[in-house]
Amino acid sequence: MSMAVDSFSASVRRFSPRLLLSELLLKQWFEPVIPFTVMICLWLYFALTVPDYATVQNTLSLLRLFAEFGFVALAMGFCLISGGIDLSVGAIFAFCNFSALYFLYVAELPVGLAIPATLAVGAALGSINGFLIGFLKTRPFLTTLVTLIILRASVNLLNTSYAQVFATNSVDSDAWDFLGVGSVLGIPINAATLFVVLLVCHIFLSRSRYGWHLTAIGASRKAARHAGIRVRLILFFTYMLSGMLCAASGIFYAARQSSTDSTTGVGWEFQALTAVVLGGVSLAGGKGTVWRAMIGALIIFLLINGLVRMGIPGYVTSAVIGIILLAAVGIDVKWAKNRGKAIQKIYVNPAFVAFAPAPSVQPGSGSAYAQNDRLIKAQAIGLDQVEGPEDVILDRQDRLYGSTRDGNIIRFSGPNLETREVFAHIGGRPLGMQFDRDENLIVAVAGMGVYGVKPNGEVFKVTDETNRTWYKLNDDSRLRMADDLDIGPDGKIYFSDCTTRYEMTTNTLDILEARPNGRMVCYDPATKTTRTIINHFYFPNGVCVSHDGKSLLVASTSLCKIFRYWLEGPNEGRTEVLIDELPGNPDNINRASDGNYWLALVGIRTPTFDLAARKPGFRLRMVKQVPTDEWLAPALNHGCVLKFNEQGEALESWWDPTGISHSTLTSMREHKGYLYLGGLENNRIGRIKLDGVDEGWSGYEAYWGAKSRLNR
Amino acid sequence: MAVESPLAPASTPRFRFSLTKPTQEQIVLLITIALVIVFGLTLNGFATLSNLLNLLRSISILGILGLGMGLIVISRGIDLSEVAIMAGSWSIALIEMQHGMPIGWACMIALGLAVTIGVVNGVMVAFVEAPALFVTLAAGFVIYGLAFWFAPAWVVYAPKDAPALMFLGAGRLFGVPVPIFVFAVAALIIHLFLSRTSIGRFIYAQGDNPEAARLSGIALRPLMVLEHVIVALLAWIAGLVWIGTTGSMQMAITQGTMIFDVVLVVVIGGISLVGGRGGVFSVVVGCVLIGTLLNAFTIMDVNSEVQNIIKGIVLLAAIVLDNFLHPRDEETARQGD
Repeated sequence: MSMAVDSFSASVRRFSPRLLLSELLLKQWFEPVIPFTVMICLWLYFALTVPDYATVQNTLSLLRLFAEFGFVALAMGFCLISGGIDLSVGAIFAFCNFSALYFLYVAELPVGLAIPATLAVGAALGSINGFLIGFLKTRPFLTTLVTLIILRASVNLLNTSYAQVFATNSVDSDAWDFLGVGSVLGIPINAATLFVVLLVCHIFLSRSRYGWHLTAIGASRKAARHAGIRVRLILFFTYMLSGMLCAASGIFYAARQSSTDSTTGVGWEFQALTAVVLGGVSLAGGKGTVWRAMIGALIIFLLINGLVRMGIPGYVTSAVIGIILLAAVGIDVKWAKNRGKAIQKIYVNPAFVAFAPAPSVQPGSGSAYAQNDRLIKAQAIGLDQVEGPEDVILDRQDRLYGSTRDGNIIRFSGPNLETREVFAHIGGRPLGMQFDRDENLIVAVAGMGVYGVKPNGEVFKVTDETNRTWYKLNDDSRLRMADDLDIGPDGKIYFSDCTTRYEMTTNTLDILEARPNGRMVCYDPATKTTRTIINHFYFPNGVCVSHDGKSLLVASTSLCKIFRYWLEGPNEGRTEVLIDELPGNPDNINRASDGNYWLALVGIRTPTFDLAARKPGFRLRMVKQVPTDEWLAPALNHGCVLKFNEQGEALESWWDPTGISHSTLTSMREHKGYLYLGGLENNRIGRIKLDGVDEGWSGYEAYWGAKSRLNR
Repeated sequence: MAVESPLAPASTPRFRFSLTKPTQEQIVLLITIALVIVFGLTLNGFATLSNLLNLLRSISILGILGLGMGLIVISRGIDLSEVAIMAGSWSIALIEMQHGMPIGWACMIALGLAVTIGVVNGVMVAFVEAPALFVTLAAGFVIYGLAFWFAPAWVVYAPKDAPALMFLGAGRLFGVPVPIFVFAVAALIIHLFLSRTSIGRFIYAQGDNPEAARLSGIALRPLMVLEHVIVALLAWIAGLVWIGTTGSMQMAITQGTMIFDVVLVVVIGGISLVGGRGGVFSVVVGCVLIGTLLNAFTIMDVNSEVQNIIKGIVLLAAIVLDNFLHPRDEETARQGD
């Protein structure tokens, strides 16, 4: 079987860790995977070293201990996502812990009133920060650092006055006891509440308008203001929310501990900050989720708790957390700055590919590929009126169509094809074209998919996605670069999607990479479904349904081979090599009037590039060390048209060795005794007279009319 | 000073008193004078020579630390680990002295530790490009943890028989406590460094507009490392004075609010957090104001927590005022500015 087709097992064999990494780095979900793994490893470590760690009992008690810190970390996470920071979270927590106890023990409010009152205290304290940062525009870091000092001093003052009262009094309330020691479905009440709050906050942050506003402010405050977001108000509410979350934490802590002292919540701001940055909430703002904050918080909590259990003194823990914060901040800054560059460095992953020997193109060598100057005399149509007609086609009224770089289909009509008009504007980069039975012009559009144009010029979408490959990281359901298409006798549209890793502008990189990134896709108008028929194909380009309609000819530009894919018959579904040795990179294939096929060679192979193809390490070094515009690239700048027969033997060739009138030749169509030429970069459509051919033969007739060879 | 380079600190009007447009230093100075008069009239024992000398002596450590903080704030940076550097390096040195190391060597160890921490801070800020606030905040915790590991005591006492070590903190020259001279000499050196040397002017240029400074060819990254090293050096000197004054080094100060007193002194005096503004004089007047307040609090016997609250509110007001006088572009500011 051929190299062009990769089964699942073959792609496993072709596995490249670098490729996997570059695709992983592009994934949104990949960043939190690392801290998540750290969290799991940490838990496993303690489970193995601390006795009775991995028990339900211990997990539940850890959850009960964790929940309050979780609230505080969440508050910090919100502030960081908004582009600020709240260092007063620990102090607000301590203050609210005191307030809750005060409301219950001293003011003797019922629990139902004490809780909202405490939340209000938290909101009020948060709104001080919010007012200063949002409306007075002070620096979040220093502002909240100072409010931390003030609040901490106030709590200490109040503690000394009321410690006695709290120690001697007690509250007789089942609800209060439930908040302290109760469980919901076996989960501690504070952890259960935390989970519900996390869900709500996640939906708020990722699904609600104000959550989006908050993220937008963090990402770019200026852009947010220009978009009409009320920056000051949103920031104000962010800090208020932070205060309320800390208050919730304080309430649970008060219910659980029923005490307050000068160490309550000391250093929590520092731990929460470390946790949230470690979890992957960016310091720069605008990036992060509540889950990331929670992963970080769990890591820090497990670490501190574990170190305490192992008898490590507090100052060592403090140093460890400090080092983690330094590392996390450093990685965050460097990662934010260099992520794109890192992906760019490793995105192109050259593979080994061995080309077949190249036949000679020497003039006078006697080979069918021998260079000549038969295209230099080509008559120019629409000179300087078309920009890069990649494909050309003629309709039943002898009008000429070209698919151009500006997203248009240009039509030339009149006796000498002198009248130019824009037949349709599709957008994207229209490439291969074909008429269906109803004379709709079906066009493969790079960057968009497959579109159709009705005879009156109306554009309609045929398809823009196919089935996704289940084991690929990159979602490849979208059509990236539909290149050429042809239509079978049953109306099925076969088209090539030449790369799933690159774009129209970078498609030569795919040839440089020489990996099977492309695919052949089929759209069935009867069921209106699109299915990939050959996955993992080396840069499939030209497509042509054979004259008998039983097979599909596919040109692989990067392998310089032509393949035959059987649509029916005993070999149905198989792919075989039709032309093994070609002197250049093949492009479009079209039918010829004599039962043979036309093939355009867009580039000519060079010994240098052939050698480089066998040296992936060399190309990798080149990609990494040499600027993009100096890379060795396939020589896609020649003009050659070939004719080959059903057995894959080349018969004759037409050349423009100067490259002046027809370089980068991508397409040709025979129509009523003439051959029309299109090129990706050309400023014209060419035409040469063919001798001794059927002058009544046209493409439409060959597919849908009297000239069809289907039943011969 | 007929020809003033545009890089020079905005210092010319400093000595030219203008009633119409007083600078922040002048305002602070006036407030301080007013406070001194008020306290002198109302508080018993305030307006005595010994108390005023005591006041000056008590602010000199704060002042020396403030000089370092001022320098780095002028460069648009900050160093929250300054107090930790002082306490950490010296408590390890004192422990070594207790273990019998010669005093000179131990002092050199403290110096080496301080400079190393300064270099690490500077490299993290300049080369890793992490925000200085986070780096130095975290560094403070790391220093505390590691120093406590080596010297596991909240208070490490200095050896009894070391007059040379104690001289800077406890000595008297012409009846005036030596710390005042140390502060004065340090202030003079930093002033000359900032206003008379090209590196000092580069620091102003960096604080005024780092990008412009970089584009005009100033090697910003080594400069940032140097700034953090200078902070560490001043912390080392302040530590020397501290030991002489108290006869020990207290690790507790790394966990306290002393570092905010240092920031307060700097910001109050008129060294704006946007950088490139103010000078040594700002630190001096800021110091005198805070020293006067603290001295009065001590005489009035105000609870230290209440003092913290008052200082916090004053600092908050100073930050708001600074933000009002020198607005920064919060839309292009990055985290930790």
